Amino acid sequence: MNDWLLALIELILFVALAPLFSAWVKRVKCWLQNRRAPALLQPYRDLRRLFAKQVLLSHNASPVFRATPYIIAGATLLAAAVVPFISVNLPTAAIADVIVLAGFFALARFFLALAGMDVGTAFGGMGSSREMTISALAEPAMLMAVFTLAMVAHSTNLSTVIDQLLAQGLVLRPSLLFALLSLVLVGIAETGRIPIDNPATHLELTMIHEAMILEYSGRHLALIEWAAQLKLLIYGVLIVNIFFPWGIATSGSPGALAIASGVVFVKLLVLGVLLAVGETVLAKMRLFRVPAFLVLALTLALIGLLSHIILEVG
Amino acid sequence: MLEQLPLYQQAILTLAAMVLFTSFALLAQSRVVSIIHIFAWQGLLVAVTTALVAYDSGKHDLYLSAIMTIALKALFIPWLLHRLVKRLGIDREEHGAEHPATVLMIGAGLVIFCYYVAQPIEQLSASVTRNTIAISMAVVLLGMLMLVSRSKAVAQVVGFMSLENGLFFAAVAATHGMPMAVELGVAFDVLVAAVIFGVFFFHIRDSIESLDVDQLNRLSEQDE
Repeated sequence: MNDWLLALIELILFVALAPLFSAWVKRVKCWLQNRRAPALLQPYRDLRRLFAKQVLLSHNASPVFRATPYIIAGATLLAAAVVPFISVNLPTAAIADVIVLAGFFALARFFLALAGMDVGTAFGGMGSSREMTISALAEPAMLMAVFTLAMVAHSTNLSTVIDQLLAQGLVLRPSLLFALLSLVLVGIAETGRIPIDNPATHLELTMIHEAMILEYSGRHLALIEWAAQLKLLIYGVLIVNIFFPWGIATSGSPGALAIASGVVFVKLLVLGVLLAVGETVLAKMRLFRVPAFLVLALTLALIGLLSHIILEVG
Repeated sequence: MLEQLPLYQQAILTLAAMVLFTSFALLAQSRVVSIIHIFAWQGLLVAVTTALVAYDSGKHDLYLSAIMTIALKALFIPWLLHRLVKRLGIDREEHGAEHPATVLMIGAGLVIFCYYVAQPIEQLSASVTRNTIAISMAVVLLGMLMLVSRSKAVAQVVGFMSLENGLFFAAVAATHGMPMAVELGVAFDVLVAAVIFGVFFFHIRDSIESLDVDQLNRLSEQDE
């Protein structure tokens, strides 16, 4: 019972911190570009404003359009529940493994694409088509990176994977190095960051994610934006907790939990800085360059898998 | 198993995987200057791996090979190619393969092929580098793939040099290096080859006004 309570608290913390992480990335980016940063609480204010506003629906919006924000938020919430945030061995980790995690993201993306096309605006359809193109290329790369992890740890359950890697101590594994690089590239593509998509722009020709949600307003928009922020944090937590698992709590004692939350907080701060630096250094790439970017991610994951088989097993 | 090895031996394996990655990066990259830079990195990685193998096996002449590799393949030949490319005025051109994604997939297939071919050899050896034999073979084959998939001379030369990197790496991995006399000979050959290729670039360009060697297949200068 205690474990379930802990899992629930971690999930609430996860969801509550997601806008803060986005705000932190934005803040570092502003510093790097000599702009004045918005307050760290700004995303929360935006969400509160959107929740308070009236929902406007187009005349020909179908039930799919109305249900989509809840499906997206629900799927992303479940995904967040599966990822070990502060401690491992939680009961929620046993519900689903990392392949189901990819499935949750796919479910959310499927409905987002449907909703983009539902109202029949040109931008929505364009955004959906782009999103599906990118995800069709990103998903194999992500699964390949996940399989590399699964082969190293002999499990697809995230909690077990982290346990295994912790037990091994510091081992220099070429397979994990490449899986990390691949997962970073996939994460950038899936969460719509520069150089794939620019989350801060509504520029007609380049937008992908924004194009699909143009028709949303009020609490629907708030849910979708919150889910997008949560997705970014999920990828961040996946990367820091799987590849740098040191410090994560393996027991439920308050001391270990306090240390683990501090450590994961610092790790995410560092990751946020790296992401902001990357977004400042790189320019957004042309849409037709994106397949090459994702083929690179797939190749990296493939080399990770092959180097595990060739170098590490024999 | 990997986790029982000391850290520097893990580093050898990781560096070997990174050499393999540079080979893939060479296959994927289309900008001439970037190709040369990646080639320089590959030379550096091979040299560092050689130095680590020297430390591991206690063979001190391998240090000399490592220094030679850095001097030749990480510094001199890239510098030479860079200068040539600048003088030919093609440093901003793209010399990519026609279907980069297909070439990468063929490359992945070649790596799996090398793994199967090298497996019996690996069982004969007990050294930590036995597993990198497959990697070095893959680097050789990926160099060949780069040779056949590119039509421009500069990219082909880099493919050839990276093939030679693979051979050197195979020697280091399988038998802790070739005899010094052979190694010096090969290094000298590569050096001469680089210089001669440089002269050839100008000749090819003077005679067909392009570095696209596919045009050499045509018998007449008129387009069909």
